[in-house]
Amino acid sequence: MQTFKYLKKALLISALFVPLASLAAEITLLNVSYDPTRELYQDYNAAFSKYWLAKSGDKVTIKTSHGGSGKQARAVIDGLPADVVTLALSYDIDEISAKAKLIPKNWQKRLTHNSSPYSSTIVLLVRKGNPKNIKDWSDLIKPGVSVITPNPKTSGGARWNYLAAYAYALKQNNNDDAKAREFVGKLFKNVPVLDSGARGSTTTFVERGIGDVFISWENEAFLAQKELGPDKFEIVIPSLSILAEPPITIIDKTVDKRKTRTVAQAYLEYLYSEEGQEIAAKNYYRPTLASVAAKYEKQFPKVNLIKIDDVFGGWQKAQKTHFSDGGTFDQIYQK
Amino acid sequence: MAKQKNILPGFNLSLGFTIFYLSLIVLIPLSAAFIKTTELSIPEFWEVITAPRVVASYKLTFGASFIAAIINAAFGLLTAWVLVRYPFPGKKFIDALVDLPFALPTAVAGIALTAVYSGNGWIGSWLEPLGIKVAFTPIGVVVALTFIGLPFVVRTVQPVLEDLEAETEEAAASLGANRWQTFSKIIFPAIWPALLTGFALAFARAIGEYGSVIFIAGNMPMVSEITPLIIITKLEQYDYAGATAVAVVMLVISFLLLFAINGLQWWSNRQRIAAR
Repeated sequence: MQTFKYLKKALLISALFVPLASLAAEITLLNVSYDPTRELYQDYNAAFSKYWLAKSGDKVTIKTSHGGSGKQARAVIDGLPADVVTLALSYDIDEISAKAKLIPKNWQKRLTHNSSPYSSTIVLLVRKGNPKNIKDWSDLIKPGVSVITPNPKTSGGARWNYLAAYAYALKQNNNDDAKAREFVGKLFKNVPVLDSGARGSTTTFVERGIGDVFISWENEAFLAQKELGPDKFEIVIPSLSILAEPPITIIDKTVDKRKTRTVAQAYLEYLYSEEGQEIAAKNYYRPTLASVAAKYEKQFPKVNLIKIDDVFGGWQKAQKTHFSDGGTFDQIYQK
Repeated sequence: MAKQKNILPGFNLSLGFTIFYLSLIVLIPLSAAFIKTTELSIPEFWEVITAPRVVASYKLTFGASFIAAIINAAFGLLTAWVLVRYPFPGKKFIDALVDLPFALPTAVAGIALTAVYSGNGWIGSWLEPLGIKVAFTPIGVVVALTFIGLPFVVRTVQPVLEDLEAETEEAAASLGANRWQTFSKIIFPAIWPALLTGFALAFARAIGEYGSVIFIAGNMPMVSEITPLIIITKLEQYDYAGATAVAVVMLVISFLLLFAINGLQWWSNRQRIAAR
């Protein structure tokens, strides 16, 4: 009989909670994101919940899932009910549109700055004192310099790395494609380990002590420096890098089904607000809002940035030429 | 000849359930892989599965798995022997230790092994001056695969060794056999099928392993890329058909190898019975 009593009690208690929950609307959102945004969205989700509660009186709980950008996109294609996705590159969101038809083709035009509220770039992280005297991309192909980068075939971040190096070589050689290929070929000859994801490479460089230079997202480089102390690593800004725009979008089919369109839309738009931009900047993403950008000017050094659309003709084309099977990256290893 | 009726009841029901269950758990997912590959034409399929990088990965995956399974067969047998034959303090503890590779998430195993064997790790820092690099080379792959395969051999051989009666060995000794003869003529034939099973299980497990290898392999194309990584790489490019094509090749090779090992086992069992 004892168990019966407990059961009754439990039922009573749960009965008490049911009407409470239905008074104020309780909304949950799922944000499917990529690896290094963990800290950013932890802060932002809390801020947005507060903002939304004040504005509409509804309590919103946001869950964020993290993983390699491509893997996350595949999960959404295969049916993970994401209300919004915030991924590393537009190619992955393009595939959500092409393969699963969950969003319209012109999704990237729906929000300002190519649907990228914050941007980042690719920098070089070296060990304290810069013992190999690395100043720019050209130093990475010198014999005896060991370079750490993840595999561009499996990591979105590594594709940005590859394209940044490629763009540098194009510029140095008056857009000579063959010379640029030779350059990245030499660079990858200096890579002893190709981890499958960005965080794996960070571990290889930081924990295993392998490599002289680590090609990295700017925000990851800042984070590594903050977590492990500026006495261990230095950030080297190359003479030219790439403007990395991690895009965001709502997943139309899911938000219509779950009736969360309004809040999901607000969740993304609030990223562009003063507070959202401030949080992004604090987490080492470059803000796009002029006032916040001015405030954090000192944190982000000026870099000569090229755009993927200008140099490589967009992600679709870049993916096809460089990273698909038999592309320029594969050719490096198939001689 | 009249159809022989089984003595045990429930044959039809249990066989029916077995087939249903195997279909649900094994055959349906596998056939999905085969169906996905039909998106490719035969020349396309051939091109995918014979690309130089893919072929290099088959060699690594099957070669390293084979070496790891051989190592496990030898040292697993030794471990099982020690655990069964000799009483010593801490035996229970060592016995439990054997199962650890089963329980440990493979990614943890991979990270731990990499930490130990890399140039600045406990073991790696001793090996590196000798010119032996383990982490981020094919040797590292073998090390990881040996680690995850150990329990299979020990756990299959152990019960058979326990069942062996000491009397048979005593009889052999009293009939004038020396120790080596007792082992090779009496003990070894009895445990050989179990050893072969353990070997096959360790081998099969190693072929499919991803989590632990990925950290220690270094993943250099043509050198230390395992086939499961090639599959993941293709998925990353949204090339589902290409990924399943490589998967199908792995499946077919694994199936043939396991089938051959089973055949060998069946054959050796028959030899043993015939010799009696």
